Amino acid sequence: MTMHGPDITWYLALSGMMFTIGAIGVLVRRSPLIILLSVEIMLNGANLALIAFSRHFGHADGQVFAIAVMAVAASEVVVGLGLIVAMGRRNIELDVDKMRTLRG
Amino acid sequence: MSNIIVWVIWIVAAFACIASAVGVVTFSNPFYSALALIGNLSALAVLYLLLGGEFVAAGQVLVYGGAVMVMFLFVIAYLGDKTDEAPWAGGPSWQIVGAVLAAAAVGTEVIFAIASNSSSSLQHSPSIARSFGSPEQIGRLFLTDHLIAFEVTSIVLLVAAVGGVVLGSHARITDDDARA
Repeated sequence: MTMHGPDITWYLALSGMMFTIGAIGVLVRRSPLIILLSVEIMLNGANLALIAFSRHFGHADGQVFAIAVMAVAASEVVVGLGLIVAMGRRNIELDVDKMRTLRG
Repeated sequence: MSNIIVWVIWIVAAFACIASAVGVVTFSNPFYSALALIGNLSALAVLYLLLGGEFVAAGQVLVYGGAVMVMFLFVIAYLGDKTDEAPWAGGPSWQIVGAVLAAAAVGTEVIFAIASNSSSSLQHSPSIARSFGSPEQIGRLFLTDHLIAFEVTSIVLLVAAVGGVVLGSHARITDDDARA
């Protein structure tokens, strides 16, 4: 199987852009749902870099870690969505700037 | 010839990735954001296929695009009108400053990555073994070299499942409300 496609630089650039877009979303948006979705974009940017390096070095270790990252992302979504549902059930406004009970 | 096809597929998938990621961050309705994230994950799966990660691409579509996103959509539907007009940051300016700093830092990394290509050290070999990225190889790695990562992952999933049950249980909520 021989393919001269884009080399790893292009994948890294794309991965960096996705991470940046996700980071901006986490920092700028205030809806916890959108923040969770932006975190997913950041994790996927990191996953793309892992898989690109795995292809670059010819070892599948990077793919193994990408799958571990996917498991962690799924766990994070479960807990995050659980918190959001609990907020919604108690009629707390879905706005992270209003959640300041724990602020010192 | 196959070279050009690979490039065309890559460019289309990459543009779909960027566009849908921007959509996730900018849509004001979380429902559309979640749909855009599904598109983002599918485009990423195409890129994984180009990189020889067939198993990861399949897992991406099944676990992420399927299970996780369905959970997201259910929660968005459950919360209903409470999720309308999700506000943008209007309060502390340090959030904007942090966003600009993060963008600058990652942009610098991208520029470095592209600049270091001039030495062509980042060119990967055009041919790989047929078994690369196959479920067999990944399963073998999980059960030999990365056994601890595998076990820790199972513990993480268990803790998340327990946390989800605790956060979602009705009895606990009504208990707390009765006390309050």
